[in-house]
Amino acid sequence: MLRLYAGAARMSILDQLQYRTANYLYMIGMIAEPVIYLVVWSTVAESEGGTVGGYSAGALAAYYIVWTLVRNMNIVLTPYAWEWRIKDGQLSGELLKPIHPIHRDLGGFAGWKIVTILYWLPIAAILVWLFPPAFSTDTFSVLAFVVALWGGFLVRFMLLWALGLVTFWTTRVGAIFDVFFTVELLASGRLVPLSLMPPWAQTAADWLPFQWAFQFPIETLIGRLSRAEILRGLGMQAFWTLVGIGILTLVWPMAVKRYSAVGG
Amino acid sequence: MTDPLPAVWARDLAKTFRVPEREAGVLAAVKSLVHRRMKDVAAVKGVTFRLEPGEIVGFLGPNGAGKTTTLKMLAGLLHPTAGQAAVLGHVPWKRERALLSRITLVMGNRNQMQWDLPALDSFALNAAIYRLPPAEFARTRDELIELMGVGELVTKPVRNLSLGERMKMEFIASLLHRPQVLFLDEPTIGLDVTAQRTLRQFVAEYNRRTGATVLLTSHYMADVTALCRRVIVIHHGSLLYDGDLAGLGEQFAAYKTLGVTLDGTDGAAAGVDWAAFGEVVATDGAKVTIQVPRASASAVAARVLSELQVADLTIEDPPIDEVIARVFAAGAATAAAATDGDDVATPSVVEPAATSTA
Repeated sequence: MLRLYAGAARMSILDQLQYRTANYLYMIGMIAEPVIYLVVWSTVAESEGGTVGGYSAGALAAYYIVWTLVRNMNIVLTPYAWEWRIKDGQLSGELLKPIHPIHRDLGGFAGWKIVTILYWLPIAAILVWLFPPAFSTDTFSVLAFVVALWGGFLVRFMLLWALGLVTFWTTRVGAIFDVFFTVELLASGRLVPLSLMPPWAQTAADWLPFQWAFQFPIETLIGRLSRAEILRGLGMQAFWTLVGIGILTLVWPMAVKRYSAVGG
Repeated sequence: MTDPLPAVWARDLAKTFRVPEREAGVLAAVKSLVHRRMKDVAAVKGVTFRLEPGEIVGFLGPNGAGKTTTLKMLAGLLHPTAGQAAVLGHVPWKRERALLSRITLVMGNRNQMQWDLPALDSFALNAAIYRLPPAEFARTRDELIELMGVGELVTKPVRNLSLGERMKMEFIASLLHRPQVLFLDEPTIGLDVTAQRTLRQFVAEYNRRTGATVLLTSHYMADVTALCRRVIVIHHGSLLYDGDLAGLGEQFAAYKTLGVTLDGTDGAAAGVDWAAFGEVVATDGAKVTIQVPRASASAVAARVLSELQVADLTIEDPPIDEVIARVFAAGAATAAAATDGDDVATPSVVEPAATSTA
C-alpha cells in the first residue's frame, strides 16, 4: 500500500511540476481573498484601539499569511468531480483496479500538496514583507502545526470524498454542495477568525468539522493555542477523519452497488 | 476425463435498466415533476455461453445490441438483473481482488494514461496498484513494449501521442499484470489500418504467449477474421449465433458468389445469357460476378465450365461484413416478430458446466 501511495504521490508531483506557471498564477489569484480580509480586519482593529477579537494587526497578518498555506492544503477532490468521473467512464476504469480508488486519490493529492508547499514559500516571504506578522510560537507549536496541517488536509479530503458520493443517488448535486461550502466558509475560520463571530456561531462551529481542517492549524502555528488546546485539536482532527472513514465504509459499497445497477 | 473449467461462462445473464421517460415539451416537463414515468429497457435478455481457456472469441452485434453491457457484467462493473456468470471461477460483480488482479477490460474510447506524463510513469503506477514485484514488472513492461514496437514513444508525454499510439500504451498498461482474461470493447475504434493491424498482431501474440482468453467486440470485421475462429452474435440483447466464424456464412448467407473470367476479349462476356446461371452483381470487362443459391453453387459452376470458355472461376462466400449485416437484419426481423425476445433462436449455444462458484 505504501508503494501505491508513493507511486500516486510521485505521479502527482511530476504532473504538477509540468504546470509551474499555471500553479503559481492560481496561487497568486487565491491570495486576493485573504489580503482583502486582512486589510478589512486590520482597519477594524486599528479603529478599535489596536485589537479586534483579541487579534492585533500583526496577529491578523500572521493569521491570514498562514491562511494562504492552509487554504491551499485544503484543496482536495471536489465533490463536483464525481459527476464527471461517472459520466466520462473514469470511474469504471478505477473500479476495474483491485484497489479502492480513494487510495490513489489520497496519494495523488498528498503529492500535490508537497508541490504546493514548495510553491507557497516565496509567496509567503513576499506577504511577510508586505504585512509584517506577529507570531508568538514555540518548537512544540511548529511541530504540532506540521501534523495539524496534514491532519486538516485529511479531514477535508475524507469529508469531501464522502460528500461526493451523493452524486451516485442524484444528478442535482450542485445545491447540496453549495449549502455545504457556505456553511464551511462561515464555520471554518476562512472568512473570519471564529473568535470574531457571535458566541452562538462559535458554539455551532464547535459541533462541525470545518474549523479543525482550517482555523485549528492556523492558530496552532501563530501561537494562540495552549498545548492542551493543540492536543485536543489534533484529537478532533483524528475524530473527524474517523467519522469520514466510517461514512465511506458504510456508503461506498452502497454507491458501487447503485453504480453497478444503473451503469456508467 | 472431465472438461476443463471454462474461463468465462454466463447462463441466462440479463440486464434491464430502468430509465426515466417523457415526451418533449413544457407540458410534459411539468407533468414529470408530479409523476415521473419510468421505462424498463432490457439491454441483455438472458444470454448463455462459455469461453474455454485460451480462446479468442468475437462478440458481434450492432450498436445497442448489448455487447458492452455484457462485457461490463463479466468485468464486474454491472450487476445483472438475472442470471449467473463466472470469470476464472469468480462471480464478477462481487469484485474480488483475486479476480480483478487477473482480468482487464480495454475500451477503445477510454484512456487511463496520465495525460501530461510519459507512459512509463503510468506503467509504474499500475505496477504499484497491482503489486507487481519490480523485477517482474520491468520484464513484462519491456516485453510488451518490444512486442508493440513502441520503445521510442514511452518517454514522450501521452498528450503528444497520436490516437493509435495512445491506444498502444493503453494496451500495455492494461496487460502489465498479465491478465488471464481480456475483455476488449472495440479496441481499434478510430484507428488507422496500420495501427489496427499492430494491435491485432499484439493481441494474437499475447494470447499465444500467455494462453489468455479474449472476448473481443469490434465493428471492424478485419479484427474478427484475423483473431477469432469463433464468434458470438448478439442482437437486441439476445444471442443469435454462437459458433465458427466460417459457419456463420453457411447459416446466414443463402448464396455464394461465382467470379467467372472468360477467355478472349473484354466483350466476350457480353454475348452470354448470364441470367440463366444466376443474378449478375458485377461486370468488369471479361469478368462477371454472379450470385447463386448456396445449394446449387457446385452445379452452376459445373455448367459454367462446360458451356463457356472459362479462363478463371472462383466460388466464394459473401464478404463477412455482408454476412454479418444479414445476421443483424435477420435478428431485427426476429426481434420485431417476437413479443419479448425469448423466442429468438440461439443455435449452437453450449450450456456452461455446472461447476461454478456462483
